[in-house]
Amino acid sequence: MDSSEAIYNGLKDAEINFVVSVPCVNLTKILNMLDEDENIVHIPVTREEEGIGLCAGAYLGGMKTAILMQNSGLGNSVNALKSLTELYEFPLVMIMSHRGTEGESICGQVPMGKSTPKILEAMDFHFFKPETPENAYGAVSNSWKLSLKESKPVSILLEIKYW
Amino acid sequence: MQRRDVIEKIIEPLSDELVVCNIGFPARELYDIRDRPENFYMIGSMGLVSSIGLGLAIAKPEKDIVVIDGDGALLMNMGSLVTANALKPRNLTWIVINNGAYGSTGNQVTYASELDLKEIAKSIGFESYDLDEVDLLKLIKDENCNFIEAKCEPGNSQAPIIDLTPIEIKERFMKITNE
Repeated sequence: MDSSEAIYNGLKDAEINFVVSVPCVNLTKILNMLDEDENIVHIPVTREEEGIGLCAGAYLGGMKTAILMQNSGLGNSVNALKSLTELYEFPLVMIMSHRGTEGESICGQVPMGKSTPKILEAMDFHFFKPETPENAYGAVSNSWKLSLKESKPVSILLEIKYW
Repeated sequence: MQRRDVIEKIIEPLSDELVVCNIGFPARELYDIRDRPENFYMIGSMGLVSSIGLGLAIAKPEKDIVVIDGDGALLMNMGSLVTANALKPRNLTWIVINNGAYGSTGNQVTYASELDLKEIAKSIGFESYDLDEVDLLKLIKDENCNFIEAKCEPGNSQAPIIDLTPIEIKERFMKITNE
């Protein structure tokens, strides 16, 4: 089980069947696996905030939802995550490629990368930073149940060194 | 004609269709005109009504979904036109009430007052219509993803604040949607 398979298998075990995404190079393999899975609806969106809206609608229609994105997308989604997802107590799994962490080659990723965990803390959202595929698989597998229990989004941050 | 009159016209022929309604006065006016469990009222996150409707349309292909959007809200989420057109769920009818104003915040003028939203939607790929020229129920029931613009004058009615909690709105909506 490699780093991408761990996330995909975790999503399957969590019974996630509706995924929206804005791509990151580190998510390429997972996005391809989702596209090939006939039992998961995968919808690329133009902007992460739009995806938060799609996930809300899909959950209202009975689906189990996740968003895959870079951590920059968290910044694009803060109000929606509070004024829509948390307000109505919609569960949501957020899988984030955490750029701007150790090993980052693009300086533009660093400011948001440094602030990402603090933003999640300020939002009072539970998040995990798994360092191995085994830990990531465990966190993702349990993420939907935890999100339902907490009535809030649950995030998995995947730093550059994870891959 | 103001927004409230347009909402009355939209809601009048509906029976079991699911309605997702834009935040602020649009939701308050819908609630005041005809509250029903099939109405999902947005209380926060301006701009996302079309995205919520799109997600719902994908999740519930057997239900007809009507989105009541506004011009200011659409301007906040223009990308939604692209995504909805790419997916084109046949059960989605997207109505934008264009009063050229941010009605809930004091009727400040929007840039949409100078835009032809129907042409914009058409250029992306939608079948697009003017509400005054269509049989709404027929469009809701047909096999296309339709975009409808309803032009009107700015102005809010005396609709009260919605006295349901977000959780109450969600729970009764999900019950009737998924039963």
